[in-house]
Amino acid sequence: MSQDFRLDNVGMVNREKKISFKFNGKKYFGFEGDTIASALIANGVHLVGRSFKYHRPRGFFGVGVDEPYAILQLDRNNERDPNIRATEQEIFEGLEVKSVNCWPSVSFDIGAINNFLKMFFPAGFYYKTFMWPPSFWYKIYEPFIRMAAGFGEASIKHDKERYEHKYEYCDLLITGSGPSGLASAYAAAKNGARVILAEDKPRFGGSLLTSDVNIGNQTGIEWTEKIIAELKSMPNVTVKNRSQVFGYYDHNMLVMSERISDHLPKTQKYLPKQRLWYIRANEVLISSGSIERPLVFGNNDTPGVMLSSAAKEYMKVYGVLVGKKPLIFTNNDSGYETAIEFKKNGVNPIILDTRSNPSSDIITEAKNLNIEIRFSYVVVAAKGYKKVKSADIAKISDDKKELFNIENIECDCICVSGFWTPSIHLASQSGNKSKFNEKIDAFVPDKSKQKENTIGSANGIFTLEETIKDAFDKGFDVSNKITEKNNKVSVPTVVEKKSSDHDKFWCVPLPKGKSYKRFLDFQNDVAVSDIELALREGFRSIEHVKRYTTLGMATDQGKTSNLNGLQLVSDIENKVVPQVGHTTFRPPYTPVSIGAIVGREVGKHSKPTRKSPMHSWHEKNNAVFVDAGVWLRPRYYKQGNEGLFEASKREAKNVRQNVGVCDVTTLGKIDVKGPDAAEFLNRVYTNAWLKLPVGKARYGVMLREDGIVMDDGTTTRISENHYHMTTTTAQAANVLSHLEYYLQLVWPELNVNVVSTTEQWAGAAIAGPNSRKLLIKLFPNLDVSNEGLPFMGYKEADLFGVPAKIYRISFSGELAYEINVESDNGYFMWEKIMEVGKEFQIQPYGTEALSTLRIEMGHVAGSELDGRTIPYDASLEGLVSKKKDFIGKRSLNRSAFTSTDREKLVGVVPIDKTTSIPEGSYIVKDPKAKLPNPKLGHVSASCWSVEYDNPFSLAIIKDGKNMIGQKLFAMSPLKNKTIPVEIVSSHYVDPEGKRVRS
Amino acid sequence: MLYINCPHCGLRSQNEFAYGGDATVKRPELNKEISDQEWDNFVYLRKSPRGKHLELWHHISGCRQWIKVERDTSTHEIFKTYKANEAIE
Repeated sequence: MSQDFRLDNVGMVNREKKISFKFNGKKYFGFEGDTIASALIANGVHLVGRSFKYHRPRGFFGVGVDEPYAILQLDRNNERDPNIRATEQEIFEGLEVKSVNCWPSVSFDIGAINNFLKMFFPAGFYYKTFMWPPSFWYKIYEPFIRMAAGFGEASIKHDKERYEHKYEYCDLLITGSGPSGLASAYAAAKNGARVILAEDKPRFGGSLLTSDVNIGNQTGIEWTEKIIAELKSMPNVTVKNRSQVFGYYDHNMLVMSERISDHLPKTQKYLPKQRLWYIRANEVLISSGSIERPLVFGNNDTPGVMLSSAAKEYMKVYGVLVGKKPLIFTNNDSGYETAIEFKKNGVNPIILDTRSNPSSDIITEAKNLNIEIRFSYVVVAAKGYKKVKSADIAKISDDKKELFNIENIECDCICVSGFWTPSIHLASQSGNKSKFNEKIDAFVPDKSKQKENTIGSANGIFTLEETIKDAFDKGFDVSNKITEKNNKVSVPTVVEKKSSDHDKFWCVPLPKGKSYKRFLDFQNDVAVSDIELALREGFRSIEHVKRYTTLGMATDQGKTSNLNGLQLVSDIENKVVPQVGHTTFRPPYTPVSIGAIVGREVGKHSKPTRKSPMHSWHEKNNAVFVDAGVWLRPRYYKQGNEGLFEASKREAKNVRQNVGVCDVTTLGKIDVKGPDAAEFLNRVYTNAWLKLPVGKARYGVMLREDGIVMDDGTTTRISENHYHMTTTTAQAANVLSHLEYYLQLVWPELNVNVVSTTEQWAGAAIAGPNSRKLLIKLFPNLDVSNEGLPFMGYKEADLFGVPAKIYRISFSGELAYEINVESDNGYFMWEKIMEVGKEFQIQPYGTEALSTLRIEMGHVAGSELDGRTIPYDASLEGLVSKKKDFIGKRSLNRSAFTSTDREKLVGVVPIDKTTSIPEGSYIVKDPKAKLPNPKLGHVSASCWSVEYDNPFSLAIIKDGKNMIGQKLFAMSPLKNKTIPVEIVSSHYVDPEGKRVRS
Repeated sequence: MLYINCPHCGLRSQNEFAYGGDATVKRPELNKEISDQEWDNFVYLRKSPRGKHLELWHHISGCRQWIKVERDTSTHEIFKTYKANEAIE
């Protein structure tokens, strides 16, 4: 394998393990530990994409999270993964990636025509172009913008990978394992603090991996390895690599995404792909380091132009040369370190330094190595289209305004260094207002807002000695606050080369007669001219300039462009950078996959599933289930070829003629206990409760304070101070909170306790004319006659050895009983009912038949009590006490609620007695009236009446009771139906209620 | 995510709680004659202050107690938490 740009014996990749991968369909080789970027550069590949707007060729600019260019799409196990940074993604055997934003290929891209039309794509292009005519929006503009937008395509298939969430607590979270992170972690851990140290790269050490320093008589790498090994061995320390802390939220909650399997060919059996950590940290030390700033010059986006620190890291970590004729363009000493590294590897660089006469150890070293250095020199423009071929360079005047002696020199890469920008994102997200540090021309964190401190170069400290000392101190101080221990470790001696001051220069002026594009934001193609235009057009606030030009709005969030943009705005406005301020930093610091955010909460895990103890019986008997809140309830029990309609009709009919049994376990159940329980219920329900005798049940309606019906159900007095309340399935949790609210906050003087018992009881409703006969057989020793157990009566009994509670209540309108047993006995109860009920033609019935039965009886349920109805609307006026006060009563006097034309409950029958009325239909007087047709109300629930064998619906219509007998129309524009109907009483079956009392 | 000090359970994450609105609202006494305006104020009108706000939270996935939390609505700083009927300082 020949890799023209791979150095022998340099770097930290595993030369023993060769890995093949495909880029744009072509096979390449790299080594274990390579990223896609380092492996491609080793193979001499620099063209990896096209820019967003102009489709200009794109190479590699950085070596980590700051990468604006090399965004690829990854194909992994037949699934697409877009927005992959080539500088972060490690290669694995069989990896396939491809370029995005180019067609038909990265080398020949039709979209590049935009580059020649760039005078038509100025700042605010979208706002200016896609305005008129309005009719162009859907068919022309929107498809165009959609096609042009985005990096890559998301997979449309289900993601089969597993993602996990983890909640963690620690004394101290440290974000970044560079010198300051390692030093503070070590000091804090040795002082007994529970520490989490997070590193976003695969390797620990940060700048220590590439800098030529000595700590405690060890190289940076040796010291890193020693500290990491020791930290890993300590029980109070968690050390994580490939883990990016991307968000700093309220109350010291930080979120970290750990890439567990992204670098592996296939996720291992028990490992997720990624894990999201929610970390509640007592204290945080932000050691996220700093990112090198670019210098701005003509065509500075050409592939081959990259950060000098990136070039150095490619050499030292990956053993890869980014070029063989490098030009180093710098305004500080960092460029020299890269140049020296090139020289050591047998490559002759040329340094262009914007400073006129700097001196320092490192400059002297470069001179001693015979590196060509030109002071007061700049790159005017890069030359070459798909790769840098040469550069126009020039001498620059002391005031940095004039260019002289422009000449062209050959080079194959331009490594730029415009000094360093601290990564203050996390500190800023915590609420820390940053301050501008004149000395380093950048923002650094100001006073701590939450329990956070920033250390190392993220805090603008650029010498190793100071960084290490400060980090050891901070690690100790913070841990001392928490552990109150005093185990201080000694600070090692540090040897480093001293640097000279950087030059405040950042942007090369255009030579006369030239109009090179000088880019600030490399991912969104925002050039100096765009910012100038925005300001000419009157945009002043940096937040507006950002949105108008899209500066810093790409997926890299302006990590390399932010400060240069601010610099430019302040130059034009004759301000200083702190006056301009910076835009808000928001999470996430780096893109986070949606899968990681969602975690395991997908498909059936997106909510809990509750099943009744009889669930397996229902399954065995061909139940078709329906979601009722989080419960699964049988909708109907399928026999033969039956569908929903036939089965529910059969089941409901059997209830009316024989006897049926329905699983009512899901009903909410609340125990209300205490000497003041009766008084409490009297305040909660609209009807009177003080005189309910022991052993009797009562139907009740409860309101919200605004007078709207909240829930209904029966409550039974079990004993003097003990009531058993039932609620609807849907409102069970809300009703409990509601009761607790009043007991704890409004009437704490009431001596009452409430607790949910929903899951303690399994319930079966037995309904139909044969139900008493069945009950006699189930409870042979109990008097279940109409006198012994009257309507709304309650008895405790023995069901073949199992204690049971019998409530004579009815939702179906038939003679009916509800039997409750402890949940564990639910299955037993159900089987016994089915077994004993056989001779009475018992059949189980599901929610659909249940609905049919209650609708034709005119019993209200959720579709009528829909959060808009008051008791009078639902024919519940008989339950509203005139004598006593209760929750929501005062609201019922409001004029809107007493108005006569309120919509009220009625029954609706189609005149042809055959056409079912769709739920949600409007009731209107004249179906041909001009739109919008004034509606009288709507159909809330529909069924096929098994009593009369024709469709029947409930509706809530204006002045309802006076409309009975009228011929109107039900209109469903959705189903395109207009049905002539007659309004009838909502009590369609057994209006006198004889059956329940029989 | 907020970290709320439940006076019964100690520090717990926000996702164990449900928000309950302004804690200074007092329900009019039962059976008391009050004007439409007073009732309206109780049912509908709430202040939405920027800054300190005494509010109710229900420790719904914990001890199921309603508690009062003094929180800054702009910074989310929590100054103090109280039991349902504790005197407010």
